[in-house]
Amino acid sequence: MSAELAQSKLTANTPMPPERLLEVKELKKYFPIRKGFFKSVVGQVRSVDGVTFHLNQGETLGLVGESGCGKTTTSRCLLHAINPTSGEIRYRQADGQLVDVTQLATDQLRPLRREMQMIFQDPFASLNPRMNLLDLVGEPLLVNGVANRKERSDRVADLLRLVGLRPEYMRRFPHAFSGGQRQRIVIARALALNPRLVVADEPVSALDVSVQAQVLNLLLDLQEQLKLTYLFVAHDLSVVRHISDRVAVMYVGRIVEMSPTDELFLAPKHPYTAALLSAVPVADPRIRSKMQPLEGDVPSPSDPPSGCHFHPRCAFATDLCRQQAPDLEEVQPNHFVACHRQAELALTGVSEPI
Amino acid sequence: MTNQPLLEVRDLQTVFELDEGIVKAVDGVSFDVYSGKVLGIVGESGCGKSVTIKSVLRLIEKPGRIANGAIRFRSKILGNSSAEMIDLVHLPAKSAQLRALRGNEIALIPQEPMAAFSPVHTIGNQLMEVIHLHQQVSDDEAKKIAVTRLKEVGVPNPESAMDRYSWELSGGLRQRAMIGMALTCNPLLLIADEPTTAIDVTTQAQVLSLLRKLQQEHQTSIIFITHDLGVIAQLADDVVVMYLGKVMESGPVDQIFHNPQHPYTRALLRSIPTVHTKNRSRLPTISGSIPHPFQKRTGCPFVARCQEALPQQRCSNQAPVLKAINEHQSVSCFLHEEEVNVC
Ligand SMILES: Nc1ncnc2c1ncn2[C@@H]1O[C@H](COP(=O)(O)OP(=O)(O)OP(=O)(O)O)[C@@H](O)[C@H]1O
Ligand SMILES: Nc1ncnc2c1ncn2[C@@H]1O[C@H](COP(=O)(O)OP(=O)(O)OP(=O)(O)O)[C@@H](O)[C@H]1O
Ligand code: SF4
Ligand code: SF4
Ligand SMILES: [Mg+2]
Ligand SMILES: [Mg+2]
Repeated sequence: MSAELAQSKLTANTPMPPERLLEVKELKKYFPIRKGFFKSVVGQVRSVDGVTFHLNQGETLGLVGESGCGKTTTSRCLLHAINPTSGEIRYRQADGQLVDVTQLATDQLRPLRREMQMIFQDPFASLNPRMNLLDLVGEPLLVNGVANRKERSDRVADLLRLVGLRPEYMRRFPHAFSGGQRQRIVIARALALNPRLVVADEPVSALDVSVQAQVLNLLLDLQEQLKLTYLFVAHDLSVVRHISDRVAVMYVGRIVEMSPTDELFLAPKHPYTAALLSAVPVADPRIRSKMQPLEGDVPSPSDPPSGCHFHPRCAFATDLCRQQAPDLEEVQPNHFVACHRQAELALTGVSEPI
Repeated sequence: MTNQPLLEVRDLQTVFELDEGIVKAVDGVSFDVYSGKVLGIVGESGCGKSVTIKSVLRLIEKPGRIANGAIRFRSKILGNSSAEMIDLVHLPAKSAQLRALRGNEIALIPQEPMAAFSPVHTIGNQLMEVIHLHQQVSDDEAKKIAVTRLKEVGVPNPESAMDRYSWELSGGLRQRAMIGMALTCNPLLLIADEPTTAIDVTTQAQVLSLLRKLQQEHQTSIIFITHDLGVIAQLADDVVVMYLGKVMESGPVDQIFHNPQHPYTRALLRSIPTVHTKNRSRLPTISGSIPHPFQKRTGCPFVARCQEALPQQRCSNQAPVLKAINEHQSVSCFLHEEEVNVC
């Protein structure tokens, strides 16, 4: 324990490679399970169970995995919307200073909150129906001290133009907009304070395909214009392939594979990644897959399987897998895998881009 | 199997009469479903997919009503001979005939999975209730049938699953139990309204392979509704593409994906990201958004967003009608009318 502590102190002072904006080390978030009259703690939901990754400035990291694997919990820890149980989140501020987000007090977090913004899944739920666009998009400005009304409305007009909405719409209320337009409003709001990091939790999942394409293109454009860094959470692998530079795959609270996007899709090295890829229905009736679906369900993070969490569903599991959890190791430059057998397995990914 | 359709929908029009105006949710829809085949209906949110199949099941309630059209179904229990088709539009609402059809010859897997089961009754009781409704069997026999169905859809330990409540099951298991319930009476036609939208790809793959197996083993006809073109490509034999309550194009799945004839179908296919697209490439989009359902329209419903619209306001002055362009494929677009020069 004390050795661990000493190590974490050490890393807090070690320099972070200059291209990095954020580094997450051994992040854990456990939720207590309480039972009975005295609400005594009878167990833990290990929603995030030792997650390590980094974000380079200006890139998009896609975070994928089945429902309940801990994607949202991880994102919320990054923004300090919830307190992690343990671990380190090092962030390089605009002024160049390195901070550990987990160690900051509430008042120290405020400037950081301007730099990190979140876009949520549901464009219908995340906008107050009684506020017009000026107030919705202008609210973060007001909260952060832009009191002058003219200045605020000019800035809101700029933001609306930026996301492809007409500034004339400023006095309208959210119900007058379509799903795609509402998601643009949400994005404009997130960009109001010039963030450097945008955490987008399933930002296009609730949108129709034609609108989804518009919003994805917008996110790509904005990233180039404003040099944004994205953590893009999604369960739709097609969307993730489209938008990400690198991808991390999560399974029951842990990252099992992380690599540059094309490498992950064309040559996955973890059996779970390969299973996920093979489950994606190909939009071509001439390529009807055998569809050998992964059997069984995702285990509960309150009672995960021993060893490698994936072993009950893995076709390659051995005794070692049942007993010992594999570490996430860099098996090729920039390609991390947590599997005892990754070196000997020849897994197939998706076919080359057509 | 046979070449005769099991279901023929012709010129179906279903409207909702609201204070704000009339919503023509389904506006002249026609399609056929053949025995043992899967018909996929695709289209963006609000285009009328659910209302179409609710109309087929005669589940439209006020302020909605079927304003026009025919829904002919080759029923075994209601028809006098196998050649006869019954027009469901003419059956009185809440009639014994409709009740005999629903859940028996035509079964639905609804869009909201939680809505399919009552939270206060066990899965087993609900399955047995459906069986008793349509078959004269003892409790023991009903139970046996229910367990067999659950086993068939891959629910592990079906006996113990009978005693569980829907909310105790994982998403994937609940989905399976729901399919099991829809199949209790060996329906001729299974209608699945976005049964895989809220679930993970891995569970989706399980459900799709289950449906494919059932269709092959029992020759069940399936109407499968989704906005996921990947799912359609993998499962459907024939496809109907809808937009704003109308059929834009229909035909065999291979034609729809490899030789689409309607500008909307083409635009839709271009705009989907796939796991094969190169990363960080820009997707071609369909500009604009779906018009509001109250909006009055005279011309082609797609005209405001169509890149191939014809000159001289042709497409906005008049609406094209769905026409067969060959034996299997139909298109509703002026580009396919003789007098127009297509190149
Ligand atoms: N406040 C909480 N208390 C207890 N358990 C929680 C809490 N928040 C999340 N969990 C549990 O933690 C696990 C991870 O949840 P999380 O929302 O992070 O998953 P996710 O990957 O975002 O899933 P989805 O794809 O469904 O959004 C789940 O099992 C969830 O039930
Ligand atoms: N009960 C109702 N009252 C009024 N309008 C309705 C009602 N049900 C549906 N509508 C309208 O009819 C149109 C078609 O709705 P429908 O539910 O069929 O769409 P859908 O294609 O199934 O969409 P989704 O993909 O979102 O499920 C929509 O404009 C909808 O608002
Ligand atoms: S460690 Fe073992 S069980 Fe886990 S993914 Fe690798 S082979 Fe499968
Ligand atoms: S009728 Fe005209 S507007 Fe409509 S799809 Fe055809 S070309 Fe486009
Ligand atoms: Mg989530
Ligand atoms: Mg619907």
